[in-house]
Amino acid sequence: MSLLDRHVGFVHALREAGLPVSLAEGLDAARALQVIDLAERESLRAAYASTLVKRPSHRPGFDTLFDLWFPASTTGLSGSRTEGPEGPGGSEGDPDALDLETAEVPQLRDRLAELLLGADGMNEFARAMVERFGRQTAGPGRQNWFSYSVLRALSPETLMARLLAEVLAGRERGGLAEKVARQRIGENTRRFEDAVSTDVRRRIAEDSGIERIARSAVRPPLEQLDFLRVTKADLARLRREVHPLARRLATRLTVKHRLGHRGRLDFRRTVRASLSSGGVPLTVFNKPRRPHRPELVILCDTSDSVASFAHFTLLLTYALREQFAKVRAFGFVDTVDEITRFFVPGADVAEAMTRLAAEADMVRFGRTNYGNAFERFAERYGDAVGPKTSLLILGDARSNYQRPALETLRRLSEEARHVYWLNPEPMSQWDTGDSLATAYGEVVPMHECRNVVQLAAFVEELA
Amino acid sequence: MWFASPADVRERLSAVDYLTDDSIATSVFLAGALGKPLLAEGPAGVGKTQLAKAVAAATGAQLVRLQCYEGLDEARALYEWNYKKQLLRIQAGNGEDWDATHDDIFTEEFLLERPLLRAIRSQTPTVLLIDETDKADVEVEGLLLEILSDYQVTIPELGTIAAVRRPYVVLTSNATRELSEALKRRCLYLYLEYPAPERERDIVLAQVPAIEAGLAEQLARTVATLRALELKKSPSIAETVDWAHTLLALGRTELDAETVGATLGVVLKHAADQTRARKELAL
Repeated sequence: MSLLDRHVGFVHALREAGLPVSLAEGLDAARALQVIDLAERESLRAAYASTLVKRPSHRPGFDTLFDLWFPASTTGLSGSRTEGPEGPGGSEGDPDALDLETAEVPQLRDRLAELLLGADGMNEFARAMVERFGRQTAGPGRQNWFSYSVLRALSPETLMARLLAEVLAGRERGGLAEKVARQRIGENTRRFEDAVSTDVRRRIAEDSGIERIARSAVRPPLEQLDFLRVTKADLARLRREVHPLARRLATRLTVKHRLGHRGRLDFRRTVRASLSSGGVPLTVFNKPRRPHRPELVILCDTSDSVASFAHFTLLLTYALREQFAKVRAFGFVDTVDEITRFFVPGADVAEAMTRLAAEADMVRFGRTNYGNAFERFAERYGDAVGPKTSLLILGDARSNYQRPALETLRRLSEEARHVYWLNPEPMSQWDTGDSLATAYGEVVPMHECRNVVQLAAFVEELA
Repeated sequence: MWFASPADVRERLSAVDYLTDDSIATSVFLAGALGKPLLAEGPAGVGKTQLAKAVAAATGAQLVRLQCYEGLDEARALYEWNYKKQLLRIQAGNGEDWDATHDDIFTEEFLLERPLLRAIRSQTPTVLLIDETDKADVEVEGLLLEILSDYQVTIPELGTIAAVRRPYVVLTSNATRELSEALKRRCLYLYLEYPAPERERDIVLAQVPAIEAGLAEQLARTVATLRALELKKSPSIAETVDWAHTLLALGRTELDAETVGATLGVVLKHAADQTRARKELAL
């Protein structure tokens, strides 16, 4: 493949993965290739990144694809070639270097332990280990590559205890030193796992073509992640994203308020000002607009199936507290409890979530029951909903075939100024199984809300 | 040409005490080589503004800075006529006709040059730093787009002024709002993260030469641990350096739990963050 073909293919793959690469940006990248040293792989990566990737959330996908289209050119077994970030590492010029091809597993684990403490040569080592442990024959002349078999053979996570003992060297456990060491070793373990899976992808691409693997290898950027498919790690990243997102939204909202509809004519001021121009009102003054700040009541399904969605949305609304006159939150599984108290200003986010799950009284039998939850809510907290209130319901409308209590919901929605329902399920799955999406949707307008992009758009409409 | 290669960037910037990594060095080099503006985005305190200053210092260029804020307009960013002076000039006029006066009061003498115009008209190599672009209103982005695409300004009374030498442009943003796609397309993009512990250690050593390498290492690792907690405001590089100064002043040579507990206020400025750190790190 010539460089030009490779460049075109790579840009195309980026677009397929959802990065908005314009024609001009593609040309910029091509021009950048003319002025940098193409043999420097990390420079090449940085050149592409700075011309094509204009959002941090697109970077992980970019890196995965870059590693596929511009793979490192060693297997790691035969004399290691040094690479940009690794510096002179590996086994070159080292007389008692380990022969990675024949060494026993315990020795390999020793080497891995060194790497996890920050020695150089992680990438070469990962490649060599994939070569040794990652291959599985899939039939005559065909082979498959797996990262789990590499990680199982070396099991980096079981090295933690040993490494901690080594680093702390007799200092007390459980304190600051251990925390710092853990952080560092954990970070390096993740790097090793990434290096292994990158190399596995590279080998699969060699066998079966880049395009095929590229499609399945890239996870969508954070803001397009499906709420119902987030992993624990994603949730932590999402939580970190809440404050910046809230800040961005808040800025947008204030701009909107400033630009939108000027207030009513300030008659008195206009006439007074006209005196200086002989009674001709040259400048017209308007009264400042009263910002409309709705009271927000959130009624949210906190059962496991939609927990991450509920959590994220609650966090976001609380980060946006200033945009609303008052925010009250209620959680339910099959009965309702007020959870506003867990979100006092300045409270610790992660802790609020754990306490919420432990202390709030939202579960009687443990299976989601929308009908019962609505009825309990109406009788216990009915006064929370009034003519100034926007009521926001979060949930997948799956009620385990119980009574829907549509009447109660209709009464609530008549009391409130606005009612919205956000459903994290894709619209194609509404009404399947025990989903009552349409039935509820006839009473309360239901919006599909599967990712941060959709949620942000909705919040902007709401405030 | 501003720099010869990424390696050249690395060398010359570290000579003025700015330590780079691959992506910074390459982006800074490309911005000069392709003549495109560089947009540096990232959390507060990762050295975005410092980067522009370092480029200016390393290349011996003059630094022109435009600080953005809400309500910044063309008159503050580009140019303005000094109308008070013009009025005086008209009053002091000795009976010339209007045409002569008009030709006289719209000249160089009555023009107030603002940062953008100064950077464009400069005869010497210039680094134009447009700081905190995200704080400015959307209209300003339109103005920037216009200027950064052809590096020329039209002033009705004076005609079009084109740049003699293109300034090296660095825009910074804390991402408090999304900059427009059009502006991002026009720029090279550099996302600056908090530095890796090794790089931060080197930064501390460069900024606080009196500190021991071992302690600098401990500092960098501890700060990395703090940043991994979900804090409201993660410690910036400057705060890490402050911490190093503090430890020196207190004469500590070891960063144990007790020392961290006593000096936590230097790096964490929110009560909630401090409580969280104390709990997580068992201080």
